[in-house]
Amino acid sequence: MTLRRITLALAAPVCAFVFSVVLSSFVLVAVGTNPIEAWLEMLSYGSRLETLVQTGNRATQLYLAGIAVAIGFRMNLFNIGVEGQYVLAAMLAAAAGGAVDLPPILHVALIMVVAMAVGSSFAGVAGYLKVSRGVHEVISTIMLNAVALGLTGFLLRSWLLDNSDTTLNMGTPEIPPSGRFPNLNGVVEGLSREITRGRELWGFLLVAILVGVLFHLFLSRTRAGYDLRITGLNPFAAEASGVHPSSTVVRAMLLSGAVAGLIGLPEILGDAHKYDLNFTQGLGFAGIAVALIGRNHAVGVGIAAILFGWLDSAAPILDVVGDTPREIVSILQGVVVLSAVVAFEVVSRIRRAAEARDAAEATHPTIAATDGSPS
Amino acid sequence: MRALLRSSMVLRWMLAALGLVVVLSIVQGLARPATTDLLSAGTAESTLRRAVPILLAGLGGIWAERAGVVNIGLEGMMVLGTWFGAWGALEFGPWWGIAIGIAGGAGGGLLHAVATVGFGVDHIISGVAVNILAPATARFLSREFFAGRPGGGLTQSPRVESVGSVDFPFVSGGDLFGWTTPDLFGWIDDQGWFLVSDTAAVLSGITQNVSWATLVALALVPISVFMLWRTPIGLRIRASGEHPVAADSLGVNVYRMKFTAVVVSGGLAGFGGAFIAIEQTGIYRENQVQGRGFIGLATVIFGNWQPAGAFLGSLLFGFSDALQLRDRTAVHALLLLVGIALAALAIRAVVQRRARPAALLAVASASVLWWYAVTEKVISELPPITPHVATLLVLIFATSRLRMPAAIGLRYRRGQE
Repeated sequence: MTLRRITLALAAPVCAFVFSVVLSSFVLVAVGTNPIEAWLEMLSYGSRLETLVQTGNRATQLYLAGIAVAIGFRMNLFNIGVEGQYVLAAMLAAAAGGAVDLPPILHVALIMVVAMAVGSSFAGVAGYLKVSRGVHEVISTIMLNAVALGLTGFLLRSWLLDNSDTTLNMGTPEIPPSGRFPNLNGVVEGLSREITRGRELWGFLLVAILVGVLFHLFLSRTRAGYDLRITGLNPFAAEASGVHPSSTVVRAMLLSGAVAGLIGLPEILGDAHKYDLNFTQGLGFAGIAVALIGRNHAVGVGIAAILFGWLDSAAPILDVVGDTPREIVSILQGVVVLSAVVAFEVVSRIRRAAEARDAAEATHPTIAATDGSPS
Repeated sequence: MRALLRSSMVLRWMLAALGLVVVLSIVQGLARPATTDLLSAGTAESTLRRAVPILLAGLGGIWAERAGVVNIGLEGMMVLGTWFGAWGALEFGPWWGIAIGIAGGAGGGLLHAVATVGFGVDHIISGVAVNILAPATARFLSREFFAGRPGGGLTQSPRVESVGSVDFPFVSGGDLFGWTTPDLFGWIDDQGWFLVSDTAAVLSGITQNVSWATLVALALVPISVFMLWRTPIGLRIRASGEHPVAADSLGVNVYRMKFTAVVVSGGLAGFGGAFIAIEQTGIYRENQVQGRGFIGLATVIFGNWQPAGAFLGSLLFGFSDALQLRDRTAVHALLLLVGIALAALAIRAVVQRRARPAALLAVASASVLWWYAVTEKVISELPPITPHVATLLVLIFATSRLRMPAAIGLRYRRGQE
């Protein structure tokens, strides 16, 4: 029983991935390049220490984005607005960090609190509109994305711009050393060899892991997490058992936004030390993909984040070696998402059918036997 | 008079449009710093041109949602439309480009239909997946097909030709059998008569230099109304979106209806994308859709799931799009209009003795007018977010008046309740 469940749970993502690799290989053959060569090239470049470090950094951000999305998804609440929430939060947090001078740990804590508060309150608007005015969160968060991005540009341009910066790249003032997050190069280098200068494994990885653990504990060990989960599984049963639907919606949105606020911080605290035009955008949408493939589960999202992070980090080699377009990796990612959601749907249908059959066998053995025999 | 108004919808619409021109022309006269772009031929032309892709996305949204399938993949389908449109235009000429753009968008629609209708995947999830897949595909194809060409590259195509445009004869000086007809509206516009010239300017803008593709797109509004409300297949499509089980019991093939509607929806979005690439910019550029698919989705709600409503919404959003590109003082003048409109609504609420809305509207009106008074021009980030904010406001204040298809977004499996 358990074995079947595990096999079924793993079957969907594995099948989706294999299907995507095969499909992308066909695409590569169609455009006249050798897919096997390309995949081998990526594997060998992707197993270098520097690429793995980059994978870790990318996965950190993707994981936070995935968890932010997953919090909503677990109760069928679609926070499409993670994108806008994290960009606005990162900008304001970087600005706050650059504006003050505090003792080391306190400074980082302030930046994190600002980021989470901004992300949370912006997501909360969508939650409030849903419960008070019945505005569907998909539409409101899509619309709020545009508002957040416009607001970010406006605030950056008019108030928070660092005037001492003579370059054209506009950004917030630089955060002083007390507001930076240490890297994990020491740990990695102790285990393997020295990392090429300029590459750092961001220490925020630990925060991401902590967020994952807390997410799991929240869902499995707290009353609020239980409410959230059962609302997702069966809203009517949840309400009948005393769960307050509106406050659960608002709470989920606030939490999702708070985690979304953290997405940009690994980059700002570990590397850039300010918000400027080089800031990575698009992670909110990537987070949706990661959450979907990871089945909104703390471990699954982690695996998906590492997979996508690795693909992103290993893809550039294709530009250097051979004639395979690196964009094939984006296609691969897109196909993985679509085929994974289809595969999960098929698997869950198979499982439901199997469970119904088991239940039938348990209650009416004879009927089930005649029913189940091939006619 | 009243009977006449009710009998003739066209007349009513024309009166409404005339009223709008009057208001805009008064605002234009009052606004300081002065602007002439609120009601000019150029703004009208630009509005129409910018409204078309949004309109097509909106129609696409209506087709899918009337069949009960939420389509937030419209954005991705438009992206496919831009790429395939530009490619087709390069290879075979502009009309083929539009046809191939439609096919590209329909391909995206087919994918969405297979996932949602065929496999029963959640509509939002499938739409998100389409939106992730489409730009990746476009980038990959650009590398394969555009990168080697002169002017082309990873993120853009070489320049493409447009399908050409037409000046209407007699009213805007178009040619008729080789004879140049008089430009009536242009002449009236030049006279500088209050109101009359402004009206003529708008009419001249929408009858001059009109792309043939725009005419096709506009024709799709009545065609969609006719197809969805006056034909058996339209009735079946809408029945599948209202109550699929009932439709099924009457012998409607619900799966086929939903499939058809979603593919048509993708094709319309693809047309919108192709229009952007071929008619609006004359080039394929990465990210040129810029959320217009989402704005199209917004017009669906805005227009209460009716093609004519989506058309109005697209004009409104096209107008704000057109103004920001032309003249920021004109956008500033628009603040005055919004302030006055809010004040009018506040007065109406006072008359109807609704205290809270009246107070809220009065405060909103006062703050917009204050904003208008203390600034010279609006911040450049405001116009691009206007459509999004407007949609949010409609959803917040008009939810009770909206009527969406009953079975929208629900998974349908034949033989299961």
